[in-house]
Amino acid sequence: MNYIFIFLILISIVCAIINGKVDVLVDEMLQASSRAVTVAMGLIGIMAFWLGMVNIAKGSGLCEIFSKIIRKPLLKIFPDLKNNDDAISNIAMNISANALGLSNAATPFGIKAMEDMQKDNPDKTHATNSMCTFLAINTAGFQIVPASVLAILVTNGTHNPSQIILPTLIVTTLAFLSALFYVKVLERIFGND
Amino acid sequence: MIKYLNMLSTLILPLIILTILLHSLYKKSCAYEDFVEGAKDGFNIAVKIIPYLVAIMVAVAMFRASGAIDILQNILSPVLNYLKIPTETLVICLTRSLSGSATLGVLSDIINQTGADSYATKLAAVITGSSETTFYVASVYFGSVGIKKFRHALPAGILADITGLIAAIFICRLFF
Repeated sequence: MNYIFIFLILISIVCAIINGKVDVLVDEMLQASSRAVTVAMGLIGIMAFWLGMVNIAKGSGLCEIFSKIIRKPLLKIFPDLKNNDDAISNIAMNISANALGLSNAATPFGIKAMEDMQKDNPDKTHATNSMCTFLAINTAGFQIVPASVLAILVTNGTHNPSQIILPTLIVTTLAFLSALFYVKVLERIFGND
Repeated sequence: MIKYLNMLSTLILPLIILTILLHSLYKKSCAYEDFVEGAKDGFNIAVKIIPYLVAIMVAVAMFRASGAIDILQNILSPVLNYLKIPTETLVICLTRSLSGSATLGVLSDIINQTGADSYATKLAAVITGSSETTFYVASVYFGSVGIKKFRHALPAGILADITGLIAAIFICRLFF
């Protein structure tokens, strides 16, 4: 992340000077900082709502039932979470919500899952293997129906927009599987540092 | 087909909420207290991720404003032409991992430039629909618990994004 952060900003400054766009760059820089705060503030309400709902499910024992059902297959991907049922059920909810295209609901579950994994993490600033696996499959963005893209195609008058559903599903499945593959391979290379 | 899938995705949220509440009623747990207790964290989490979001959103915004993508597009266009990939889609390949709202904007641009039924539009739509904004997801999820060392999470995510792009190009050629 260090290199990506430095690299992005350095390249930007150099390119902006070459392109004569320094004023736009500075302007965007200031606007983006306040936009970040707006995005975070926008998350408060929806986050509070779903965290509330999750807590009801936890209090009534529904989370426990759910995690029992989903435990076996998920433990194959997350072997470190043997004794962490909360994390397992939140990961399962996150993946299901994402697959259904409910990204608003998926984020709070994902953050809850991260918190559950953080409880067992000996070094609170380093990501654990399970966290990396969870993040990698999340960035692959597995989704059954790409609702927002379909909406854009429909409003722009594409004929038969549903023809993109099957190719998208194939590609996203491949991306999902490759993310899982890469994260497991890299886990060996990175070791436990 | 789409109609049923859309119906399913609009119904699924109320169904989840219904299940949670009915189960709580059945178990006689304190739904209201639990809800308020859980919802408290919403504010803390949102505040906690602000520094992470500022870092990544500023870096990405600077990158987009600098015109670096135009320079890259000029350099790569002969290669893309050779591979018969529409040059317009390069921007979307680059922005996909960086910013969600930007990607939807670029998709609209491509539709305006090349038409709603062009190959470029379909390819861009498949790319947009098939992946997530890797950097945003990483900042939010890791930021919420204060993880600063991302270890192999980002390399794996980026490699998967690249694999997805290549797959999108191949699959789209088969389908369209």
